[in-house]
Amino acid sequence: MQDLTIDELYEEFEDLPDWDERCDYLIDLGFNLPELPAEAKIEENRVHGCQSNVWLVADIKNSTPPTVEFLANSDAVIVNGLIAVIAALYSGKTPQEIIAIDAQDVFKKLGLERHLSPQRRNGLYSMVQRVRELAVQAEAQS
Amino acid sequence: MNPLDIDAVRGDFPILHKPLPKGLPLVYLDSGSSAQKPQCVIDKEREVYENYYANAYRGVYRFGSIVDEELEGAREKIRQFINAEHSEEIVFTAGCTMSLNLVASGWGKRNLKAGDEIILNEMEHHANLVPWQQLALQTGATCRFLPLTEDGRLDMDRIGEVLSDKTKVLAVTGMSNVLGTINPIAELAKKAHDAGAIIVVDGAQSVPHEQTDVVASEIDFLTFSGHKLYGPSGIGVLYGKRELLEQTDPMLFGGHMIDRVYKDHSTWAPSPAKFEAGTIQIAQAIALGSAIDYMTTLGMESVHAHERDVLEYAYTRLQEIPGMRIYGPGIEHRGAITSFTIDGAHPEDLAQLLDRKGVFVRHGHHCTMPLHDLLGVSATVRASFGVYNSRGDVDALMDAIQFACQRLRLT
Repeated sequence: MQDLTIDELYEEFEDLPDWDERCDYLIDLGFNLPELPAEAKIEENRVHGCQSNVWLVADIKNSTPPTVEFLANSDAVIVNGLIAVIAALYSGKTPQEIIAIDAQDVFKKLGLERHLSPQRRNGLYSMVQRVRELAVQAEAQS
Repeated sequence: MNPLDIDAVRGDFPILHKPLPKGLPLVYLDSGSSAQKPQCVIDKEREVYENYYANAYRGVYRFGSIVDEELEGAREKIRQFINAEHSEEIVFTAGCTMSLNLVASGWGKRNLKAGDEIILNEMEHHANLVPWQQLALQTGATCRFLPLTEDGRLDMDRIGEVLSDKTKVLAVTGMSNVLGTINPIAELAKKAHDAGAIIVVDGAQSVPHEQTDVVASEIDFLTFSGHKLYGPSGIGVLYGKRELLEQTDPMLFGGHMIDRVYKDHSTWAPSPAKFEAGTIQIAQAIALGSAIDYMTTLGMESVHAHERDVLEYAYTRLQEIPGMRIYGPGIEHRGAITSFTIDGAHPEDLAQLLDRKGVFVRHGHHCTMPLHDLLGVSATVRASFGVYNSRGDVDALMDAIQFACQRLRLT
């Protein structure tokens, strides 16, 4: 799951032109999302702006340049699927690459903008915001 | 009482006959949030714009006169619908929230002082909670909460713990928008009056489902929304007893609500004009009159009996779902609302998957965060029924829930 790239995700979504099937695919991604350790599910790691709970942490790899892995979990399965999308988009990239990504453009291409409720869309962008903040922090530390 | 001809009623709502993509029929179970509109309401609003639109209470030219006549006609229909004594007791507002704010601000600020008490309870919608909190902050009054029973009713045995001669206001919903609990308004009114307090009833959920009689129930202020009563959005009603409206300050100031304006001060017109500053929602108010005609023709007793039948069927069938938790009292104390959670399913996932089957339900905290804190859940799924819902809609809900549970790997 962690190895899923955003290009592979585009291909999958192209093969699934129907939103229902894409939604099922997101659910499957959600079920396959690695479980965040219970100790990470604390208020400090909580992302606000979503009706469901989301906890998100960053793991900075000591490579040159440093890359960032994102780990997150939600109590809602479809949101876990969205987290898998976020992970595919951002994980393994350098802070600079992360900051340069236009998430809105990606979500539009995937059709997520149109099919999510406003709350879920807000939640998705709150996650993007948090990822970017963590990337900025990682860059400052490197 | 005539039984409701559900096929005929459904025929009156054009939206129910427009299939969703893939030919799915619409199963609309969110009337508690906002109700769909019958053709007569849609036609009436259109009629105003197409045939005689003008500003209200301004022009003597013929369109102006027609609009004034239609508006006063709608006001009179509302008066009769809730059995108020005088048409000046019926104020058009933007909605139930504005009506409640008007009472809290306009009556409350003038009549409450430090040490006074306001009685609320945890099932109140934020619109009947937050304005009172603000009033308390502004006046130094205190909000006290009448406890709920385990099954989500007002604990009337404990009302003596909160009601006293310090109580100035008892604010209560006619029907909970989450639990469906129908509150004993007449009994509460009597107790409030015996303590020297007034009763403010948030009728947003109750008025569309059962006969409301402000005189028989001794209600001081009643508020409700047009859009939940099959009328247009943007229009609501404040009913207040005439003498109480006289003691209520306006919340909005400007055109139409004045009697005489001087350079340094102004005096107010009598109610209802005093509370209807600026240009009111003209076409919406007129079309609300048509919604009331529609409900009156169906008969509120018939509407209530029909919705009860659908509710009973839903309440029984939902319990077939493993892990189902329905919040609120048994059906004998409940109106046409069922809020629930299913163990292992997030309410938002459920609502999104139900939508895939054309079943529209609400999810979330339903603007009742203190109630959800009390229930110990952050969100619930709510199926709320209106006059056009049938047992068939409940069957569709059941099928959709089973589909959702499969997708969420619960079965």
